[in-house]
Amino acid sequence: MSDAVLEMHKVAYAYPDGHQALFGVDLHVHRGEKIALLGPNGAGKTTLVLHVNGILFPGAGSVRIAGMDVNKENLKAIRAKVGVVFQDPDDQLFMPTVRDDVAFGPSNMGIVGDELAKTVAEALAAVGMSEFADRSPQHLSFGQRRRVAIATVLAMKPEILVLDEPSSNLDPAARREIAEILESLDITMLMVTHDLPYALELCDRSVILSAGTIVADRATYDLLTDDALIKQHRLELPFGFRLDPSLAKK
Amino acid sequence: MGTTQQHDIAGKLLIARHSVVHHLPAEVKLVAMLSFVFLVVLTPLGQWWAFGVYGLLIIAVIAAAKLPPVRVVKRMVIEVPFVIFAILMPFFSAGPYVEYFGLQLSEAGLIAGFGLLCKGTIGVLSSVTLAATTPMRDLLSGLTRLKVPTLLVEIAGFMVRYVDVIVDEMRRMKIARQSRGYFERGIRSWPVIARSAGALFIRAYERGERVHLAMLSRGYNGKLPSYSLAIATKAQWVTGMLLPMGAAIILVLAWRMA
Repeated sequence: MSDAVLEMHKVAYAYPDGHQALFGVDLHVHRGEKIALLGPNGAGKTTLVLHVNGILFPGAGSVRIAGMDVNKENLKAIRAKVGVVFQDPDDQLFMPTVRDDVAFGPSNMGIVGDELAKTVAEALAAVGMSEFADRSPQHLSFGQRRRVAIATVLAMKPEILVLDEPSSNLDPAARREIAEILESLDITMLMVTHDLPYALELCDRSVILSAGTIVADRATYDLLTDDALIKQHRLELPFGFRLDPSLAKK
Repeated sequence: MGTTQQHDIAGKLLIARHSVVHHLPAEVKLVAMLSFVFLVVLTPLGQWWAFGVYGLLIIAVIAAAKLPPVRVVKRMVIEVPFVIFAILMPFFSAGPYVEYFGLQLSEAGLIAGFGLLCKGTIGVLSSVTLAATTPMRDLLSGLTRLKVPTLLVEIAGFMVRYVDVIVDEMRRMKIARQSRGYFERGIRSWPVIARSAGALFIRAYERGERVHLAMLSRGYNGKLPSYSLAIATKAQWVTGMLLPMGAAIILVLAWRMA
């Protein structure tokens, strides 16, 4: 248990307007795991993610990151430990150059000078965007912007990387490139997605969030081959897909 | 993952009720409110009773519209900067001076400040009433029927349509900033906020381009379909003009007594 990077215990949350989004979520993510968070639109995935880095606080229950409670006192430490890559890279990228944008997070953590330059260079190298450091994010392709968005978060050296729909709006090659980058990272990962083949490719374990609760938590292959279960929660494999039993690894 | 909360800034201004004021066509209300405010501004300073009667007139309209007084008062907060300016005037205007409570105040400044306060308050009350009783769409089509250039009306329409999108974008950028460990602290955070505002501006501009392209691909030729609404009847014009007519009578009396 001490090895859990993310522990959510009976997390419930209602928005100020009274709409309840989470009804007692239990979720454990262990160090080094790559987990897919699946679920239909409106299941509460956004709300759950915003709890992981303390943008929202649970109405009941608790969230712990690497053994540290998520609360207002240690927000700064929590934001350093949790890296969230948002779905629309435009939401993340607002600085004049890629380099400035990647440096934004670590400099908020107090990193300066040579160390900052080194951190930025490493993060950009990890996503294969080193040569674009001096370009404006505005002028990059969507796939490149998503890679830079991932770099902006990697530069903070988080304990856990949370990705919101990392494969959305990408052409197949960019989708594969992002998958290769994510595969290559030695980091704990929580990936929110509707892209079931992507989940199978990258994540050994998957959970389904539906109507504000976790309704399934198993090996991704087992979960995706349970037709009744995934249909019930408005998930389905793309047309023509049948999973090859040889993919039932580990 | 989608958005977590929806905004509806333009829609929030309307306070839906069934009343004479709500049911008047937008162009009637626009003309009535504009001419009323114009008449108030023409009233000579010093005839304070006239401003009192104007105030009563607009309060009568608010009562007829069944608007909740507390919400109307809350919306008047927008006037605060003008109030501050009006309060400062007696301190900075030239003499002759009068003394109140041990303070040396300029007499001309007092009159000008109080006049500004009266006219401003009545003007703000009028526009708050107009906004609370008229749906934004109706207001736009009212402007069209008053022969305001279509281009201006359409620009206003796009602003109404996209203000929520942009506010939502701004909110998501803020969350993304905070998620990377950024805390806004006073003046030192201004450069970051300024860059965000710049990025937001460019994105709004580009979104405009994309919207325009999408419109072109659906056959947009420079003219939006106009919203069809019944044309105002004579009776509605008469009802609407009661307010400025009342104000006109007071204005004439005020000038005679001045």
